[in-house]
Amino acid sequence: MKLKKSNIIMLLASLSILGLFLFPLWNITLEAPQYPIPLGMDIYINDFADANPHDIKNINLMNHYVGMKYIPESIPEFKIFPAVIITMSILGLLIGLKGNYKWFLGWLIVMLILSGAGIYDFYLWEHDYGHNLDPKAIMKFTNPDGSIMGFQPPLFGSKDILNFRAHSYPQLGAYFLAFGMFLSFIAFWLGKKEKAKTLNNESN
Amino acid sequence: MKKIIHLITAFAFLGMLISCGNNSQNIKKKQGALGSNAAEKVYVAPGEYDEYYAFISGGFSGQLSVYGLPSGRLFKVIPVFSQDAEKAWGYNEETKPMLNTSHGFVPWDDAHHPDISQTNGVVDGRWVFINGNNTPRIAKIDLTTFETTEIIEIPNSAGNHSSSFVTENTEYVVAGTRFSVPIPQRDMPIKEYKGNFKGSLSFISVDPEDGGMDLKFQIMMPGFDYDLAHPGRGASHGWFFFSTYNTEEASTLMEVNASQNDKDFIAAVNWKKAEEYIKAGKGKMMPAKYAHNVYNEKTHTATSTMKDEVLMLDASELPGLVYLLPTPKSPHGCDVDPSGEYIVGNGKLSANLTIHSFTKMLAAIEAKKFDGEAYGIPILKFEDVLAGVVDQAGLGPLHTEFDGKGNAYTTFFISSEVVKWKLGTWEVVDRQPCYYSVGHLMIPGGNSREPFGDYVLAMNKITKDRYLPTGPEVTQSAQLYDISGDKMELLLDFPTIGEPHYAAGIRADIVMKNSKKIYKLEENEHPFAVKTEADTKVVRDGNVVHVYMTMIRSHFAPDNIEGIKVGDKVYFHVTNLEQDYDVPHGISMIGANTSELLIMPGQTETFLWEPKQVGVWPFYCTDFCSALHQEMQGYVRVSPASSTLPLSWSLGED
Repeated sequence: MKLKKSNIIMLLASLSILGLFLFPLWNITLEAPQYPIPLGMDIYINDFADANPHDIKNINLMNHYVGMKYIPESIPEFKIFPAVIITMSILGLLIGLKGNYKWFLGWLIVMLILSGAGIYDFYLWEHDYGHNLDPKAIMKFTNPDGSIMGFQPPLFGSKDILNFRAHSYPQLGAYFLAFGMFLSFIAFWLGKKEKAKTLNNESN
Repeated sequence: MKKIIHLITAFAFLGMLISCGNNSQNIKKKQGALGSNAAEKVYVAPGEYDEYYAFISGGFSGQLSVYGLPSGRLFKVIPVFSQDAEKAWGYNEETKPMLNTSHGFVPWDDAHHPDISQTNGVVDGRWVFINGNNTPRIAKIDLTTFETTEIIEIPNSAGNHSSSFVTENTEYVVAGTRFSVPIPQRDMPIKEYKGNFKGSLSFISVDPEDGGMDLKFQIMMPGFDYDLAHPGRGASHGWFFFSTYNTEEASTLMEVNASQNDKDFIAAVNWKKAEEYIKAGKGKMMPAKYAHNVYNEKTHTATSTMKDEVLMLDASELPGLVYLLPTPKSPHGCDVDPSGEYIVGNGKLSANLTIHSFTKMLAAIEAKKFDGEAYGIPILKFEDVLAGVVDQAGLGPLHTEFDGKGNAYTTFFISSEVVKWKLGTWEVVDRQPCYYSVGHLMIPGGNSREPFGDYVLAMNKITKDRYLPTGPEVTQSAQLYDISGDKMELLLDFPTIGEPHYAAGIRADIVMKNSKKIYKLEENEHPFAVKTEADTKVVRDGNVVHVYMTMIRSHFAPDNIEGIKVGDKVYFHVTNLEQDYDVPHGISMIGANTSELLIMPGQTETFLWEPKQVGVWPFYCTDFCSALHQEMQGYVRVSPASSTLPLSWSLGED
């Protein structure tokens, strides 16, 4: 059986999202004058990793002064996310082999929903991390309106947090994910065109 | 009488030099430093790095200082031979063994000649070696940590002065004795010095992998004073040259009696030949007691091993091992040019410099043109080995280094100046005054095939009016000259620690890339290290108590300890759990009869506290570590000796 171009692209899309297992999804970097080499954390689909050796330990050490919890060794998402991605990749491969463009679109929509859920989950974790502070925190800061100051890093972009400037940006893994989704859209679009062409040929 | 006339002429000459110096100095003053761009040349902007490291010995301070050039900024004083309460060197339990010797614990020495390790005749920046003069020792400083990691005592030696110079591939670091003594030591009349006292030259091998030192062999020499030394290089690799004085073999009123001979010697030692003799079994093991102290970077602890014998080669009995090159007058520096051809004798009681030729020396040896012998060692004819003389260059030549561009720079102690002259033509091309009484000088990479010939650093013994006065004791100094042009230009004049006796310099980029930031906690193998707060504990063994403590921003664990009794010996084993660059913590306990500890990230150190009074006694962090540094403190409750209160310890319990 000779695969159609759209099917091949769909197969590539399904493989591309596996890049998440090779490269970090996201990175949070903290800059301050005392850190000529900034502190950084790479978020993988299954791990928090130091950008430079011992960075997470040193982020925790900084954060304990304002009562933030330690960044956990592991979170449930590190089990769920990989399973979801592997499942979606296998599904993608199956429909790439067997399915048609409508399935490709379906896969893309599911991926968009899952990614949206993932980002929302990340936001929730970040919010909790930045706001759920130890009541015995060494240093307590308040906003101008009198509320307790939070230390949530930005979801996307850069932000000043006390003496640090925090940067939060997607990394290569995320680009693989986005590229996979983009490819599935191309597969859908191409598949639709191929279908129209066959229909035209048939009607001729 | 002739001598006196010479002396008067010499002093007149000296007077002229000084007045010349003053004039030019005044002119400079009017222009100011900016007028000559000197300030610009030594200015290293905030946050920028110096081009060179200079390792300047502290002389009687016993330590090694690390400066940047051209700025003259002091970065670190590395404790080597002297106890240092600031860094707990020789005070904490881990480093006390480093200062052990066959005479017991010796907390001080006189640190003289640093030299940087070499590969293929160029400085490689792995280690600095330095000699302890008084109780003969050689230390090795590791340039990944800038810490002293090994000290080996030199037996059969006294006044370890012609040390510690390395061969082209750091095969050996070499040491020679200044005082000759009875070898082996024995009870005998001092008056019977002549013929009975001996000198010794020591060859310490250096392991190319880990730098481990081992006293491979010694050469027994006539009872002269061995002053300085330098290795052959290039064609003369395999030879080592030592200057001597007191070839008179006097033992009293040395300033007169050791200055009688018109010529002393430079001893040329063929160490490759020595290796052949050893292979042929010509060396003799002789009893000798000496300490070998090694600091282990994994256990953060030093061990001292007492050795009991050394392999000795007798220069009087082994032909071809040593030749003597007559050199006027009590030569101090014995310096080999980058090509390895010229050996410069800095006859310190002379106005001339004597330069021997290695090629001529080999030819004379080949032709067996000897001019007698001393204790069985052939003396070559002065004229046969002479390459040239720098005539009337100044007064009291001490030491010469080279710029790698065909020029040599010699310090003159009495006329207090640096004189630049040309190799081969022996003509003086420039001179600059020193303020005052210069000893050694240093060109970065100067003792190698490839000196970095940008700067020369002159080290002065006397400063008198050069700085703001500080009572009777004033600082000694170093002076930096730009030597990149035809004329030397004085750029900078900066104070130093102790006596800046000699220095070694190297381009910064060779060293800085290897400099460690932290000790890895997971590699810490200290027997009393604890790596998490959960593992901290206090253990009693009779009246000895071990506290397994940790420190991290900004608390100790534990920070409350009870159950200690008067008369206990309490060892605080403190591990710094930090793994971030430049976050040391310190600790000190009220009334501890020792120094503080200053502990680097990932390191464990121990101090002993023997509480003498009942009460509750605090300890605290002594290094301003963090915003909560002032809160980094704790208490120990001390009960009477008869108390039955059990040991308890805690952190953060209300």
